[in-house]
Parts: sequence; structure tokens; C-alpha cells
Amino acid sequence: MMLSGDEDEEKWLAEGIAGVQHNAFYMHRALDSNNLREALKYSAQMLSELRTSKLSPHKYYELYMRAFDELRKLEMFFKDESRHGVSIIDLYELVQHAGNILPRLYLLCTVGSVYIKSKEAPAKEVLKDLVEMCRGVQHPIRGLFLRSYLAQVSRDKLPDIGSEYERDAETVMDAVEFVLQNFTEMNKLWVRMQHQGPGRVREKREKERNELRDLVGKNLHVLSQIEGVDLEMYKENVLPRVLEQVVNCKDELAQYYLMDCIIQVFPDEYHLQTLETLLGACPQLQPTVDIKTVLSRLMDRLSNYAVSSADVLPEFLQVEAFAKLSNAIGKVIDAQVDMPIVGAISLYVSLLTFTLRVHPDRLDYVDQVLGACVKKLSSAPKLEDSRATKQVVALLSAPLDKYNDILMDHLDDGTNKVMAMVIIQSIMKNSTCISTAEKVEVLFELIKGLIKDLDGAAQDELDEEDFKEEQNSVARLIHMLYNDDSEEMLKIICTVRKHIMTGGPKRLPFTVPPLVFSALRLVRQLQNQDGDVAGEEEPATPKKIFQLLNQTIETLLYVPSPEMALRLYLQCAEAANDCDLEPVAYEFFTQAFMLYEEEIADSKAQVTAIHLIIGTLQRISVFGIENRDTLTHKATGYSARLLKKPDQCRAVYACSHLFWVDDQDGIKDGERVLLCLKRALRIANAAQQMANVARGSSGPVVLFVEILNKYLYFFEKGNTQITASAIQSLIELITSEMQSESTTLDPADNAFFASTKRYIEFQKKKGGAMGEKYDPINV
Amino acid sequence: MNYLIGAFKPACNISITFADGKNRKQVILKLMWLCLRTSIFACCMKSVKVLILICNVHSADGDECVAICVYTKVPLKKENGQTIMVPLFQSQENISGKISIEPVLGKKVEHNGVKIELLGQIEMYFDRGNFYDFTSLVRELDVPGEIYERKTYPFEFSTVEMPYETYNGVNVRLRYVLKVTVSRGYGGSVVEYQDFVVRNYTPPPSINNSIKMEVGIEDCLHIEFEYNKSKYHLKDVIIGKIYFLLVRIKIKNMDLEIRRRESTGSGANTHVETETLAKFELMDGAPVRGESIPIRLFLSPYELTPTHRNINNKFSVKYYLNLVLVDEEDRRYFKQQEITIYRLQENS
Repeated sequence: MMLSGDEDEEKWLAEGIAGVQHNAFYMHRALDSNNLREALKYSAQMLSELRTSKLSPHKYYELYMRAFDELRKLEMFFKDESRHGVSIIDLYELVQHAGNILPRLYLLCTVGSVYIKSKEAPAKEVLKDLVEMCRGVQHPIRGLFLRSYLAQVSRDKLPDIGSEYERDAETVMDAVEFVLQNFTEMNKLWVRMQHQGPGRVREKREKERNELRDLVGKNLHVLSQIEGVDLEMYKENVLPRVLEQVVNCKDELAQYYLMDCIIQVFPDEYHLQTLETLLGACPQLQPTVDIKTVLSRLMDRLSNYAVSSADVLPEFLQVEAFAKLSNAIGKVIDAQVDMPIVGAISLYVSLLTFTLRVHPDRLDYVDQVLGACVKKLSSAPKLEDSRATKQVVALLSAPLDKYNDILMDHLDDGTNKVMAMVIIQSIMKNSTCISTAEKVEVLFELIKGLIKDLDGAAQDELDEEDFKEEQNSVARLIHMLYNDDSEEMLKIICTVRKHIMTGGPKRLPFTVPPLVFSALRLVRQLQNQDGDVAGEEEPATPKKIFQLLNQTIETLLYVPSPEMALRLYLQCAEAANDCDLEPVAYEFFTQAFMLYEEEIADSKAQVTAIHLIIGTLQRISVFGIENRDTLTHKATGYSARLLKKPDQCRAVYACSHLFWVDDQDGIKDGERVLLCLKRALRIANAAQQMANVARGSSGPVVLFVEILNKYLYFFEKGNTQITASAIQSLIELITSEMQSESTTLDPADNAFFASTKRYIEFQKKKGGAMGEKYDPINV
Repeated sequence: MNYLIGAFKPACNISITFADGKNRKQVILKLMWLCLRTSIFACCMKSVKVLILICNVHSADGDECVAICVYTKVPLKKENGQTIMVPLFQSQENISGKISIEPVLGKKVEHNGVKIELLGQIEMYFDRGNFYDFTSLVRELDVPGEIYERKTYPFEFSTVEMPYETYNGVNVRLRYVLKVTVSRGYGGSVVEYQDFVVRNYTPPPSINNSIKMEVGIEDCLHIEFEYNKSKYHLKDVIIGKIYFLLVRIKIKNMDLEIRRRESTGSGANTHVETETLAKFELMDGAPVRGESIPIRLFLSPYELTPTHRNINNKFSVKYYLNLVLVDEEDRRYFKQQEITIYRLQENS
């Protein structure tokens, strides 16, 4: 049976562990009886288990740790010369008799550590010997673990300043030399792993390498812990040597990790004083290295350092940190041609954050950064990456954390707007959903140029077309702000409202509607949620939203844009209806009616408005009889008072629908329907007469035809008040009107009537209940 | 049955006892003896290699006194596989001592003379039983006569020339032996042998160049290796390094072997036997171009002998360092270099 790779590995690991344990058992026996020869024999056999090539780094580590624990016991034994009777110098030779290199070197490192402790030889000499001898293991994984063992056992024995192994001032350098060399060798092994074995398992190998990276990085950590590594030494020796290795290894994974490591393990002060060297290495890295993250982290660290104490600020100025960083970023962007735009922008974000924190007073720096960024963006194709978009947002929002408005003022108006448009467009393009009030806040701060008039902006230069386009974009943007969570959504709405309210009369007609609809969407959403949301603090209730809406729409009155306001009121009323909130709906209608009465003077607008009112009112079911009566009465009243007779007529017959809702529970007041229709007929008649008198020709017959259609509608719907005879007479009336000489016949009217008649014929012929009903009518 | 056994028993027991050949040493030891009578015995118990004998010798002025004869004993592997401890000498030393002959149970021993020979022999295993004596010294100890009771004969070979070292090889053996013969006309002569070992010490060579060489397979593998010396003593350390100039094969590991090449006979009859005495792993895994791998090989754990060149036209023993690279397909690439091994005076 074939075992899968993992099972195989488990098996091999188990065998390895068994081997270690078996030999460790005999080693313990030898240790207990102080038998050096046997102890060496069994420890070497135990260590031979580490010669395996079958284990992944993860499993190998497990095996290594077992052996590691056992070696501690052996080390204790070696330390006590009275137990084995061999001087440490002889012991150092003795373990080198082992034929296999791996066990030999593990034993050598173990004895070496005791040797240093005994101080019979300078730590420097022993360390140098050990690190040299370890070259014999060239297998990446085995070599890495061996050297990591060396690093481990030597850590507390480095001839550091103040350490007991220090002999003179020179020895610190020896300690550094030792760690650097071990680091270099380990890194070489680590990098080499990438190029060994078949190519198809590349991904797996990268994963494995990642698991091993801390073994390499540990050396840098050790370096940073050496007391003797002062700034001078770091600058002159440590950093150049480490960077040399990083650059020369030409390995993406290693370069990224090690750069990051350097930044994390050494003190901020060192970084600041060696910025040039450190940054100088960046453009030399492989093009695929995620240098932006590295630099971002560096800048983050430095800016944290800067704010940690006011005393360090002069240092920043002295080393011209900003200029260096800015320069380096420019170089990196130039060097890494393939860097996605998101990378470039995020670099600028970091730089900006850095300068904002470190040099809050240097607005020109901010200007530089943004300028560079705009330049980069303008030369690039449109942003297609949502991450890039986010970075743009971050870039522009960064200064806002610091100064809020100062900064945007700093940019000229044009740039400001361009930036804002870029942001919005990219959000649109990527359908990026902005889902928290905070982000919305930031976003609106950014696109402020579009939201409101900026101080001193030259209003007259505005191009109307551009303005409309901008505002439409804003309107579209508002629809992109969405969160499933109603609480958060309400917050978003409030935030948006807050901002757009500042927009002034020219913008509000563009921006209020999307806001209202956005809010109404939330209302519907709430309605779909079953039960009350038992929020402790001001749950988002429809009522609350309606209040907000009411206030919002009111602002349109002063714009003024009454038609828009009216439409929105009606929309709200309908939504309130759906929520079963009669008083709210009533209030909205009241508002709408008041608007109608007070603000809408244009007759055409009135016509449109009245039809909207009627249409909305018709659909509303929430009102009680009294309220409904009041409203319908008002509506019919308005209808009858329209200026032009045909408009009156049409409005009035439309009102008939207010009394007949074709629903199960809908109101069905046939009598008042008939009244409306009769009234409409009267008006149509009057219109006809007026036409005759005024122009000497008959008015449009089409009104009659239209009324006929209404009759037919209600007739079919079973309004008993509408009789076949009434229809019959209306048909005749129309026929005669059409035949009268004075009538100027509109072919369209004729066709309309003809098709109406055809419809009646059709219904008659269809038979059934409807056919019977139509039967009495003769066309 | 006793009489039967008695019939095959030699007529007498011969024992050979060595005395240290150097008077100077004896005098010093005489003084030591007087001072450290007790502690030396403690020393005896402890040391395996050093045997302290107390015997009667005649000093230069004829007075009989107590002296201590000290010589080193070293292990020697016998033909039957047993290892015995035998005395150790070097060339130009005096080999002296005494022989005592004790007749069995008071019988008298008639003989045609008693002699002691010091023989240096080379024995080829393919020519078993035939010894070639390259050294043969004889001392007549007694004229024909009869021995009635235990009789002791002192003997001495002064400044004996023993140019070759004792050697136990695969096909050849070089040994030194003391042979005491009690010649008898009938019943056969009584012969007793006593082996001893000869080791000769060499001063450090005045010229001892390093071995440095670049080898390779074209476009495949180029290495440069260096051993710090070409002549090593038996307890020496080989220090060196291997530098990889070009690596296009997947190397699995690299070993350094010590090989002993023993050639016996001459001309058409030459037999060559090669043994690998040490196999020491130098490198694990595949190096890349530019890597340099250190060598440090201690010779002391291995049973080496000095290099023997053309010993009496009979045999040679040469040593080689063999650098072996093994690739992932287990192909071996190697380069062999001769090194000279010599014996350096210890404690000097």
C-alpha cells in the first residue's frame, strides 16, 4: 500500500524519535556510570538520526529538539571533569574522532561551549573554530539546524562587553564577527534551499523556507543583543556586513524577511543614524521584493520613535530623515518598474504619515509627497485595483488625522477636485463598498472639494457641465456607502447628511435624493427584519429615520427646489405607509400639500405634482377614513383648481382612483368615483365650450375618450355605479363630437377612440361574464 | 598416562628475561629505587604499559646490587590472534638479559651446547613457513655438557642494528625474536622463542611541503584541495581545506579516506593489498561554487604504521589520502595522494 507523503513523514519522524530515544537511553546509562567512551558512542549514534533527509523542516525541528534536550545532559557531563577524567582540551579533540560529520559537529559545539566556559582558551578562538568547522555541513536544513544549535549554545558565551568572556576591547569585534559569520552562512544555506530539488514543489519549498526563517533571523537578534554593538560599530561594521549579505543573496524571500528583521531588531536611534546606508540597499533588492512594506515599517518605527520624545527630533532634522526617505522612495519606485501602483501609493502613504508625525510643521513636505503621488498617478492608467483605491483614500486621509482642513487647503482647488474625482471614480469602478461611518467620514473629508465650496474658490470659473458631472458622481458615491448592519448604516447616513448639508443650494438637489433613497432602503431593510431590534442605545428605528428625512428634505425648500422636495416627501410617505406609520405618512403628505400650495406656482409643475400626489395617495393604505378623506378631498380640490381645463379634467378623473383601490381591502367607493368622473366630464365639456368660444373650433375630443377609458376601467372592476348605459351614452357623445364639423380631427385621437371601441368589441366577443357585462353596449 | 605426557615434555624449562641495555638508565633507576621503594609499586599497579621488573644484575664494579630494569611493553598480535605484551626496543639498543634453564624434576639435561640468537625475520604469508632472516646474531652460552640443576646465563647483544620496524600486515610480517636453543643429539633440541618489538623514531622532516592540487572534470566539477603537509607523524592532525571552483553535479557528501597500500614480492610476483583504514566524512550535502570546506583529521585513533619503503626488497607499505566525492546517484569521484607517515619520538 502506498502511503501518502504526510503519512510517510510521520512514520519517518516516529522512527527518528525512536532512534534518538533508544540511543539516549544508553547514553544516560553511560553518563550514570561516568563512562565517557560509551557516552560519546551513543550520543554520536543518537545524533546520527539527524542525518535524515526525509523530513520536512517542521518535522525535522521536532526531531532536533529531542536531540537538543539530550545534548544538554551530555553537556552537564562534559562540564564535570571529575566524572570522566579527561581534560577539556583532550575532550575537544576526542569528539572530533567521530567519522560522521553531523554528529561530530554537534558534539564539537557541545564541548566547545564547555571549553569556552572553562576559559582554558579564549572564547574567540573556540568560536572561530566552531563556526569554521560547521562549513562542513552544506545540506541546507541540516546545516541550518546545526548552526542554529551553535548560535544557541554560544549565545551566553560571546565575548561581549561586560561578559566574563571579554578579554580586551577587541573581543567585542570577535563576538560580532562570529555572529555575522554564522548569520551569513545560515542565510546562504537558507537561500540555497530554494534552488534545490525539483521545480514543481516550489510552493511547498517556499512554505518550508518560511518556517525556517526565524533560525536565520535569530542571529540578527543576537547581534542586537550584544552590548558592545554601539552605534559606531553598528554603522561601520554590522550594518554594512548584514546588508551586503542581504543584497548579495539575491533572494526575494530572504531579502524581504531580513530587511524587516533589521528594522525590527535594532534600535530606532541606529536606524536614524544609518538611514542612508539602510535605504541605499533598498533599490538594490530584487524587483519582486515587497519593499514597500519594509519601508513602511521603517517609517512607522521612526515616526513612533520621533513622537516618543521631543529630544530626538533634532536628530531627525540633523540627518535629514525626510529628504532621505523621500529620495529613497523615489528611487525604489523608479527601480522597481513592475511595482503595482498600489505599492507606490502605499509608500507615499507611509512617507506622509511619517512626515505628519515627525514634522507636523512642515507643510511643504506634505505638499512634496502629495505632489509626487499625483505625478505618479497622472502618469499611470486609471486605478483598477480596489486595494490601490483604498491606498489613495488612506493617502489622502492621513493628513486629515493630523490637520483636518489645513491640508486640503494647501492643495490648490483644482488638484483637490481632481483627487476627489479620482477617488470617486475608482470606487465606482471597483464597486468598492464603504461600510463604516468612520471611513465615510474620512472619505468625505477627502472629497470635500466636491461637497462644498471651499473658501476663496473662484465660483465664476465653474463650468456648469463639469459641476453637474461632479455632483452626479457624488450622488452615485452615496449609493456606494452601505452596510448590512442597520446601526452602522444609520451612522453612515447621519455622517453623509452632516457633510452634504454643508453643500449649499447648488449641490443639495444632487445630493439629497440619493441620501433619501439610501435612508429609505435602510427603512425597508429594517422592516424586513423581524421583531424590534433590541438595541440598548437608540436603535435605528424607521421613525427616527423618518424624522431625519423630514429635516433633510426641508432643506431643499430653501434651495429652493420644491418639486424635488415634494417628490421626496411622497416617497417618504409611501415608505411610511409600508411601515404602517400613519402619522408619519400623514405628516409627509401634509408637507407635500403645503409645498404644493406655497411653493409650486408653475402650472406645469403643479400638474406634475398633483399627479404625483394622486398616484402616491392612491397606493397608501395606512390612513384611517378621516385622514384619507381629508387628503383625498384636498387632492381633488387641487385638481379642480388647476389652471388649464384639460389639466383639471385629467387630474379630476385621476382622482377617481383615490376612491377605488383595486385591492382586496382597498376602498371601493363607487359613488364618489362616479362623481369624479362626472365632474371630469363636466370639465371636459367646459373645455370644449371654451375652445369653441375662444378659437372657434372644438377642443380636443381626446378628453372624452380618456374619460371613457376610465369608465370602462371601473366598469370592468365592478363598480356598480358605472352602468353600461352611461358608457353607451358617452360613446355616442364622443361619436357625435367627432362628427361635428367644427372639430379639428387629430388622427391620434381618432385612433385612440377607434381602438377603445375595438376593445369593447373584443370584450363583447370574448363571452363569459365580461362578455355578458359588455353585451348591452353597442358601438 | 603421566609418563606419556612426560615423554613429550621438553626436558627442561627455558626462561628468557630481558635487562635494560642502558647502564645510564640503570644507575638512575638504582637511585630511584632507594628513594621510592614503596611508591613505585603503586605505579606498577596503575600502569599497563610500563612494567617494572626487579632483578639482580652485575654492576660495572662487580658488586651485586639491586637494580630496576625498566622497559616498555607493547601489545603484539600473535599468529593465533592473541595479543600479548612484549618488550619494546629501538635500533642501536643493547639487548641483554639472562637465560635460566631448569631441568624438569631434577633430571639431568645432556646437551651439545646452548646458544641464543637474535633474529630479524620477514615472513611472506603466501610463502608460509619460509622466513627470510635479514638479521641474525648468535651468542654461544655453553659448551656441550650436562645441566643438573637450574642454571642461569647472562647474555648481551650490544648496539644491535635493527633498521626495520616490527610490522604485521596482510601479506607480510616483519618480526624480531630471541631464540634460545639447547642442542641435543637425540630427543630433539629444546627451543624457546621470545618476541620483541622494534620501533624506530624519526626526527621531524626538515622539508615538509603541503600538498596542494587542483583537480576536476571538465565543465562538471573543479576543486582545489590542500593538505597542510606531505609527511605526518602517527599522532598528527591533517589540516586542510577543499575549495569548490565549479560544481555542476549534485554532491551528496565528501569523505577523506586513509588507505594503506601494502605491496609484497617483486616483479611478476608482486602482491598489492589496499585497505581503507579511515573513512572520515568531511562534508554533508551539496556545496555551491565558492564554498571552502575545512579538513581536520586526527590520526591518533587509527592504527597506522610508518611508511615503509622497499624493506629489504621484500615489501613496501605506503599511505594515501583519498578524497572521495559521492553524488546523488552514488557515483564516486576521487583523488588519491600519497602521504608519508613517520614515527616521532614521544615525550620529545
